[in-house]
Amino acid sequence: MRLKCPICGERDSREFTYMGHASMLERPAPDAGDVVWDDYLHNRENIAGVVEELWQHTEGCGAWLVVQRDTRTHEVLGVKLAREVARAG
Amino acid sequence: MRFSAWEILKQGLTGNKGWTPHWRSPDPKSAYDVVIVGGGGHGLSTAFYLAKEYGITNVAVLEKGYIGGGNVGRNTTIVRANYMLPGNSEFYSHSLKLWERLEEDTNFNAMHSQRGIINLFHSDGQRDGYARRGNQMLSQGDDAILLDNAGVREKLPYLDFDQTRFPIYGGLYHPRGGTARHDAVAWGYARGADMRGVDIIQNCEVTGIDIEGGVVKGVQTSRGPIRAKQVALITAGRSSQTAAMAGMTIPVESHILQAFVSEGLKPCIDHVVTYGMGHFYISQSDKGGLVFGGDLDFYASYASRGNLPMAEHVLEAGMTLMPMIGKAKMLRSWGGIMDMTPDGSPIIDKTPTEGLILNCGWCYGGFKAVPGSGYSTAHLLATGEHHQPAAGFRLDRFRTGRGLMDEEGTGAQHNLH
Repeated sequence: MRLKCPICGERDSREFTYMGHASMLERPAPDAGDVVWDDYLHNRENIAGVVEELWQHTEGCGAWLVVQRDTRTHEVLGVKLAREVARAG
Repeated sequence: MRFSAWEILKQGLTGNKGWTPHWRSPDPKSAYDVVIVGGGGHGLSTAFYLAKEYGITNVAVLEKGYIGGGNVGRNTTIVRANYMLPGNSEFYSHSLKLWERLEEDTNFNAMHSQRGIINLFHSDGQRDGYARRGNQMLSQGDDAILLDNAGVREKLPYLDFDQTRFPIYGGLYHPRGGTARHDAVAWGYARGADMRGVDIIQNCEVTGIDIEGGVVKGVQTSRGPIRAKQVALITAGRSSQTAAMAGMTIPVESHILQAFVSEGLKPCIDHVVTYGMGHFYISQSDKGGLVFGGDLDFYASYASRGNLPMAEHVLEAGMTLMPMIGKAKMLRSWGGIMDMTPDGSPIIDKTPTEGLILNCGWCYGGFKAVPGSGYSTAHLLATGEHHQPAAGFRLDRFRTGRGLMDEEGTGAQHNLH
């Protein structure tokens, strides 16, 4: 599996660290309550198919990335900078 | 048919023509008291103990594929009770006691071999950690012996003791740990459940769960609807999909775990050995193959196969620890889908839907739990009460923060276990 970092280019997957589902970008309000926070922190759709995930280029530029990937085949469909995805909201 | 020495003699003298299939292949009935979704190790053992211990035999086990075709037939077969935290410790202790009478209980040879497990340590800090773990195991009533360097040399003379980077200080020896033949465990439980009246229905995929007014009524399957008073979802790496059919989003991420087998060799590794400075564990099967594995690939996956970086890490760690395996040829590798929870511990609990039970989250350690998990799930189904050794495996522990069982001490967060 190879990921194309928008800053560094295509690199071996072992330069990157998987950080979890991209739903982590949608942080609830601090007072949203324990059910909402539990959902945010722990519960996952865990889809067998195309998912959006957070990865970090830990052995490279350090950028946080949103990777679109098929969990059934490991095919990488797209990589974006997480900050751009977060700002686009 | 009951297996015995007498039966082998009789069949041998009569041309081995009298052996019968291990279990029936019935068509599903229209209704059951309990429907178990998932015919893996945990589903089959649940059916077995429901029938044997609780007398509930109007039960169906629905399996999408075939018995023994999933993770229960593809794992590194290690059986142990060396957990440390309250909640886990008593559960795995109970499970190991069930392993020790499994073959009598099921009348099936599971080749359970208590050859002992040795967890190696390579620093003073790691020795202290294992000494503490060993004391916890002893206080749970299980066995643990702290070996020094000489003690390990006596048992495992083939290790590379002179490596300068990670010298071997000693090991925590768990004599009652060992291995079992994984698919025989599935077959034994399937046969034992079938003998007691449980219907084991293969090639039957559950496509929906019928819920009316918050109460489970049955399941939709590829072989038609089946009504049920209670439904247990025991679907391991596919738990998120079956839970979604019941409208639940659960704290599970499915990850890939790889394992490897070498060509058959003469007996050389007598125990299960784990390396303390790289994720690597190894044993030798009774057929002679070296069975070894490492850590998760550490990304979500349903691909049933891993990537090369983890294979490389496992082989490097193995070569560092025991260079003698370097000439052996690797025969095959495989990847299993692991149902990972945030704290690395499992879930056996009721759900918000009445009559619907959830058993999942066994992470990469489900095999050793097969008997205990089935027993405790059967108890929950039969009595409506949590079985004491598994009473900590609650679904709500992540929301409340009470009773988290983070055995690795890395934090109750996805991607850390």
